[in-house]
Amino acid sequence: MVQYAWLIPLVPVAAFVLIVAFGRRLPGQGAYVAIAGMLASLVMSIGIALQWFVFGGSNVGLYNHSVSWMPVGNTNINMGFSVDSLTAVMLIVVTVVASMVMIYSIGYMHGDKRYPRYFSYLSLFSAAMLALVIANNILLMFMAWELVGLTSYLLIGFWFEKPSAMRAAKKAFLVTRVGDVGFMAGMMLLFITTGTMNLFGSEGAFEHIATHPSQMNALVHVGPWAIPLVGLIGLLLFCGAVGKSAQFPLHVWLPDAMEGPTPVSALIHAATMVAAGVYLVARMYPVYLSDPSHIALTVVAYVGAFTALFAASIGIAQNDIKKVLAYSTVSQLGYMIMSLGVFGYVAAIFHLMTHAFFKAQLFLGSGSVIHGTGTQDMREMGGLKKKMPVTYWTFLISTLSLCGIPFVTAGGWSKEEILTVAYHTNPVVFWAGVLGAFTTSFYMFRLVYMTFHGEPRDHKIHAHESPKVMLVPLIILAFLAIFAGYVGTPFHNSFEHNMAPVLGEQFEGILEHNLDMIPHGFFMPVFLIGTFAALLGIFFATLIWKWHVIKIEKLEPAFGWLAKIVENKYYIDEIYQATIIRGLMLAAALLYWFDKWVIDYVIVNGVGYMSLVLARAWWWIDRNIVDGLVNLAGWITGTLGRGLRYVQTGVTQQYVFLLVVAMVIISLVFVAGNYSEVSWIPPITGFFH
Amino acid sequence: MDSTNNWILPLITFLPIIGAAILMFIPRERAGAIKAAAIAISIIPLVISIWMWFAYNRSGVQFPHGTQFGINVPWIPSLGVSFAMGADGLSIPLIFLTTLLTTLSLIYSTFIEMRPKEYYWMFLLLETGMLGVFTSLDFVLFFVFWEISLVPMYFLIGIWGGPRREYAAIKFFLYTMVGSMAMLLAILTMYFHGGHTFDMLALAKANPFAVKSIMGSLVFWGLFLGFAIKVPMWPFHTWLPDAHVEAPTAGSVILAGVLLKMGTYGFMRVLLPMMPTQFGQFWMVIAILALIAIIYGAFVAMAQKDMKKLIAYSSVNHMGYVTLGCAAAAATIPGMTEVSRTAALNGAQMQAFSHGLITGALFFLVGVVYERAHTRDLSAFGGLGARVPIYAGMLAFCSFGSLGLPGMTGFIAELSVLTGTYAASPWLAGLALIGIVVTAAYMLWMLQRVLLGPLNPKYEKMPDADAREIISLAPLMALMLFFGIVPNAVFVFFNTASKAILDMLH
Repeated sequence: MVQYAWLIPLVPVAAFVLIVAFGRRLPGQGAYVAIAGMLASLVMSIGIALQWFVFGGSNVGLYNHSVSWMPVGNTNINMGFSVDSLTAVMLIVVTVVASMVMIYSIGYMHGDKRYPRYFSYLSLFSAAMLALVIANNILLMFMAWELVGLTSYLLIGFWFEKPSAMRAAKKAFLVTRVGDVGFMAGMMLLFITTGTMNLFGSEGAFEHIATHPSQMNALVHVGPWAIPLVGLIGLLLFCGAVGKSAQFPLHVWLPDAMEGPTPVSALIHAATMVAAGVYLVARMYPVYLSDPSHIALTVVAYVGAFTALFAASIGIAQNDIKKVLAYSTVSQLGYMIMSLGVFGYVAAIFHLMTHAFFKAQLFLGSGSVIHGTGTQDMREMGGLKKKMPVTYWTFLISTLSLCGIPFVTAGGWSKEEILTVAYHTNPVVFWAGVLGAFTTSFYMFRLVYMTFHGEPRDHKIHAHESPKVMLVPLIILAFLAIFAGYVGTPFHNSFEHNMAPVLGEQFEGILEHNLDMIPHGFFMPVFLIGTFAALLGIFFATLIWKWHVIKIEKLEPAFGWLAKIVENKYYIDEIYQATIIRGLMLAAALLYWFDKWVIDYVIVNGVGYMSLVLARAWWWIDRNIVDGLVNLAGWITGTLGRGLRYVQTGVTQQYVFLLVVAMVIISLVFVAGNYSEVSWIPPITGFFH
Repeated sequence: MDSTNNWILPLITFLPIIGAAILMFIPRERAGAIKAAAIAISIIPLVISIWMWFAYNRSGVQFPHGTQFGINVPWIPSLGVSFAMGADGLSIPLIFLTTLLTTLSLIYSTFIEMRPKEYYWMFLLLETGMLGVFTSLDFVLFFVFWEISLVPMYFLIGIWGGPRREYAAIKFFLYTMVGSMAMLLAILTMYFHGGHTFDMLALAKANPFAVKSIMGSLVFWGLFLGFAIKVPMWPFHTWLPDAHVEAPTAGSVILAGVLLKMGTYGFMRVLLPMMPTQFGQFWMVIAILALIAIIYGAFVAMAQKDMKKLIAYSSVNHMGYVTLGCAAAAATIPGMTEVSRTAALNGAQMQAFSHGLITGALFFLVGVVYERAHTRDLSAFGGLGARVPIYAGMLAFCSFGSLGLPGMTGFIAELSVLTGTYAASPWLAGLALIGIVVTAAYMLWMLQRVLLGPLNPKYEKMPDADAREIISLAPLMALMLFFGIVPNAVFVFFNTASKAILDMLH
């Protein structure tokens, strides 16, 4: 079975090709083809997961297969796939969410004029995402990574007639590409250092890192810092994760990406693609673990923690339902990244999985609300609980899961696991996480109350429940938002049992060494603190938006300025616009000016012009001096000729007269030449002899 | 070299010019017959080049120890000039690119109504010139073909070009001539230093300037100038935007697709094997010029409002990677591994090949929209994606190829070049990576201005790409994708060529 895992990404590729070729002529205008392909991948993924987790495949460890792809000198760069527990989990997450989103899209995208194209893009995205997770080498990972970026671009800009959508698409691609440059540099450094793009096996990069500690720990000087080589690789790779997983300071693209159709937001910008950054760090975790200074992990931890808090605070002040969820996603991704930074490797992946389910559900639920009301502005909603009961209840379940309500939700288990690790390894990160949990509950219940509770605020909106094809995915995902967590409870953590060995014995040892002070099983203090933070957030939200005990208007004078800053997302976009974007445009304009006027006009055309001037000068010299001499000779001849002309009269007598005169002169000269002492007369006597 | 003379290379080289002679016998009025005959003729070299691609023995001898399909007969024995031709991993992909782009250009140009006989005649003559450059192994022959290729392009720009065609044509011609003269002097000096021979195999083996010397540097920079103007490297690039903007569509395709490659081909065929000492001595200078071309070209492309000029500057940007790869391959850095050098040089060759496919296709696409809208002003379009989906798909496809999307040829080329460069100098590679982001920015911005947003009502009735245009573009797009996914298929050529060239460096 596992040797056919490469089929999992290929089936959606086939669906993509079919839809591009035949479009509307396919069953369901292409939607059924896409869904059939996705379900096939889902079944195969379940097969692999069963083999791995139920029939003990994880004891086998890793299935790894490569073929030659490109020669470089006497070596080869290979391409291939591998399956381990991490892959198996990711395959399940991607195929489940993608199938749900595709089914849901039948209803949501009904009647769109580019309906088949939408499903072809979704298939291509799924294929690239699946290829990303089964890649066994960093190059194939990067290629798939960029391809998911492409499909993200295409889907954000799906309604490209809307200027905001087209700008958001471009922004998403470019901002993530800034991070990808770091990824690329890290990949190249890894290749130069280890001589391979492969990760696993005896020839792989991880083995090289494990066996060459002195080479990997050699200090590299980057500006004023000296960083171990392996730490530098980790930091560079992390740049890619910062872009893709929308971490500060590259988080700006994700909220704008909500311009895409809502199911796309659920699949790409909540559950899978944005989690790829977390996956990347997790996949490359041996690189981070083997750095003795832990510099990369420290950066990872603080970037994640800061983003988690920062994005959550923005989430409070947004009025667009999708924007709130978007900032919530940024914040939760920060949670996962932060967890990776404090050795919470298993916890991060666990949270990635639970988050994928409940966040996809929340987005699809918000899509149902948008579908039913025709607006995204929460200030125009309200009282939808009665009109959209299925949407409401499933949405509430997922909200509780996101808030991390313990025991009954999946998010509760994974959040608590992260906090437990952080509690023992880094108190700053731990308290940031707690504060983040509080803020999360607060803004999520604000969203729930504003959307579903109270009375409808805009009476022009006639809300209606969504069709069944949209509700079934909501129910399935809500189910997973509760039950997906039971694989990783602290009482029986089979998730950890399967996931930790992925790192390989040596790196698992390092990880355990860093975590050995953590007690196994249920840890009461963290449970109490985390739960209290979440409930407190819910309590405050209830006070303000449900019971109206605290009037928001009364807070206005004291906190208005703060609210304004937060509502405007700390003006980060404006700062970027004023500095980076304007700087780039200015550089472009200046360089073009330089090119046009200095290089081309002054130098190139100048040389040409100087040649012309020189040519003119030569022409003048030629005309007046060279030709002048020639003309002078001609003039002399002419003048002489003109003078002598008077001699040629044609009168015979005159000729005879001249003849006689000449003879007389010659005779005189002859005589003078022989008998005179005058020296100036040439001796011409010899002439006659 | 084989003792037997193989006539396949003279055949492929001179077939187009024989075809051009045949065209003269077709009456001027029968434009359709002229076009059909020219396309038919151009297909023969294409078929031969495909045959050569497969017939080529990948484990066989490589330049400079010998090449395949070789021929060597005396031509002007008193001067040591011979008619020597041969093909190796360096030239076979470029020969294929030349024949392919010529055929596609001729197919694309069938709509030309102005003096079609002369137009097709010039194109066939041009093909002979280009093929001659890639097949010659004698410096005199090489130089003759180098100059021959200049003439038809001059007329193609000067007669069938845009409003400022005369200015552009003369600038193109004179600028290249300056380089040619420097090159000719350098070739003659090399002749006198290298044992009175013009044989490029012998000269590479003799390595006449193995010791650093002032004369060696002069010869190097003379040859370099000739090639650099053709590439074109910064700061010798300003003829390119003018030539591109004024040239007819197919002329731009050939100019960007093949003529520019003659410059980098010269780096790899002449400078690296014959003057490894000097290349190593000056690699940093060349690398910095290449880096400037990459970043500067990208920024200047971003400032363009004319779509064709944007693509022209993107050529400056992309060709920078080719020269950067050559420079990195010759880097005199302790600890520079053979793998890194090979990666750089493989990438340089791939980038040249890939740029031919991608930019060729992009120039076709500019032509397609220009013929419909009669403008290339980027601010005059908008929203065409909704109106002409096939065209939009092709433009998006090629633009993403150009910005280096993985799965297409450009990515693997840039990755290889940068990996090699990274090993030589992390700072050079790091700065070149900035170029990658800016490239993505100007390409996406172009796409946005042409295809996205609300449809400009002026173009409500714009027809989508027709069969002629799709036939011209589809093979290029298919190859971009194919070689991007299966780089093995073409890297076998590059890799063997790189190994042979890098042997000369030691």
